[in-house]
Amino acid sequence: MNKVDIKNICMNYHTITSETIVLKNISFSVKEEEFLTIVGPSGCGKSTLLNIIAGLLTPSKGKIYIHENKIRTLEKNIGYMFQKDQLFEWISVWENVILGLKIQKIFTEKNKDYVISLLRHYGLWNFRNHYPKQLSGGMRQRVALIRTLATNPDVLLLDEPFSALDYQTRLKISNEVFKIIRDEKKTVIMVTHDIPEAISMSDRIIILSNRPAEIRKTEIVNFSKEYSSPLKRREAPNFRLYFNSIWKELDSNVK
Amino acid sequence: MLNNSIEHKNYIKKVKRRKRKIIITQILILIIFFAWWEISGDLKIVDPFLTSTPSRMLKTLVKLYNQGNLFKHILVTCGETILGFCLGTFLGTLIAILLWWSDFVAKVLDPYIVVLNALPKVALAPIIIFWVGNGIGAIIIIALLISIIVTIITVLNGFKSVDEDKIKLLKTFGATKFQVLTHLIIPASIPTLISALKINVGLSWVGVIMGEFLVAKEGLGFLIIFGGQISQLDMVMISIIILAILAFLMYKCVAILEKRYRTFE
Repeated sequence: MNKVDIKNICMNYHTITSETIVLKNISFSVKEEEFLTIVGPSGCGKSTLLNIIAGLLTPSKGKIYIHENKIRTLEKNIGYMFQKDQLFEWISVWENVILGLKIQKIFTEKNKDYVISLLRHYGLWNFRNHYPKQLSGGMRQRVALIRTLATNPDVLLLDEPFSALDYQTRLKISNEVFKIIRDEKKTVIMVTHDIPEAISMSDRIIILSNRPAEIRKTEIVNFSKEYSSPLKRREAPNFRLYFNSIWKELDSNVK
Repeated sequence: MLNNSIEHKNYIKKVKRRKRKIIITQILILIIFFAWWEISGDLKIVDPFLTSTPSRMLKTLVKLYNQGNLFKHILVTCGETILGFCLGTFLGTLIAILLWWSDFVAKVLDPYIVVLNALPKVALAPIIIFWVGNGIGAIIIIALLISIIVTIITVLNGFKSVDEDKIKLLKTFGATKFQVLTHLIIPASIPTLISALKINVGLSWVGVIMGEFLVAKEGLGFLIIFGGQISQLDMVMISIIILAILAFLMYKCVAILEKRYRTFE
């Protein structure tokens, strides 16, 4: 069953001196619990597309359906994760993770219990009274994920969520985040420019062209059962093949 | 942690010794300065009528105290300053919030704020005295005018430097503009607000003393002007010294506030 349908999205940017076509007729669907990644050359409009799906930007043309319900304004069932964790430094970990619930005024006992279970399960319960400054980069990103999950969003949008981390932490955290997302049965759309990261986490990869961005190719990623985590997938024999195929597609784009 | 090794102990000793040295030197400078002042006045190296001397200042202080006016003058000036300072910070922040809220209003008012910032506010004093009368009201308004524009500019810049992605984050939660303000913009700008406070302490003193020069019948600014008019430089000097001590204390209060916030952070 489709969770998200993106239909004929076009986006033009206007300045006084010019009009730039950023996205040209982008259509795709995301299935329930699918992990979809969008890759493309830098500046092609990946993040713009994500902002449109989040409802933060209005597209020039096209529609986005979630659960077959049309998004008119900002839908509250979307969770967004940024490059940096964007934790609020002046409040504790606990207050950070319940931020969304407070904003939406749904800080109920049930939701509170859910957040507590998330913190306990993912090893952050003992740090609930710490301030973000006292945590490592990896832990901070985990807190950010739990903050996003707390409002129980239908769809998670990840905007290069690991690119601000150092290489080692990045591999570890992408592994952990992947596990959390699978456990919580979330549907994900991720944007990245890191091809190995895309292959190691996704079920499907969409490759965008240069601006004006169109869908160049869709790559369905399939690994046998023993390669169950992003770290293990990197050792799979067909990992290289996917890499080469996507690399070629992106490379033919760059002139 | 190795906090009991000899090397570490020596290090702590060194740091403490240096700190002590700085404080002792600071106090010494003060003592030497006043001693030299006194001696050169007593030996008529300089004319004590023009420079006064610490002992003459002390006598004036005692005289003022015995007349029962000293604390009244101090309280009046302090009260005016604190009031001007609080009003300037509060109203300035409020206006900054309004300008943050409406980008249109901010753009429209921008050139006016620039002009008001460049204008020496004391130039407005005669008008203010005409409007609100000769008294404390006028002094507070002058102090307020001097600090409010800087507050608006500093605080608004603080508001605008909040990370766009954090605003976006709250928007993905469906936050209203008011929620963005209360959950993010204001708490994120507390350090900016404190630095605005620091600037305003100094500016309010300028405003109040200026105001007192022009209109007052009491207060330290009045004592300075009055002392000058009756050729009593002892009175002028002691008033300035009291002023210096008060300004220092008030600055320290804000610094303590800042430190408390830092440790909380």
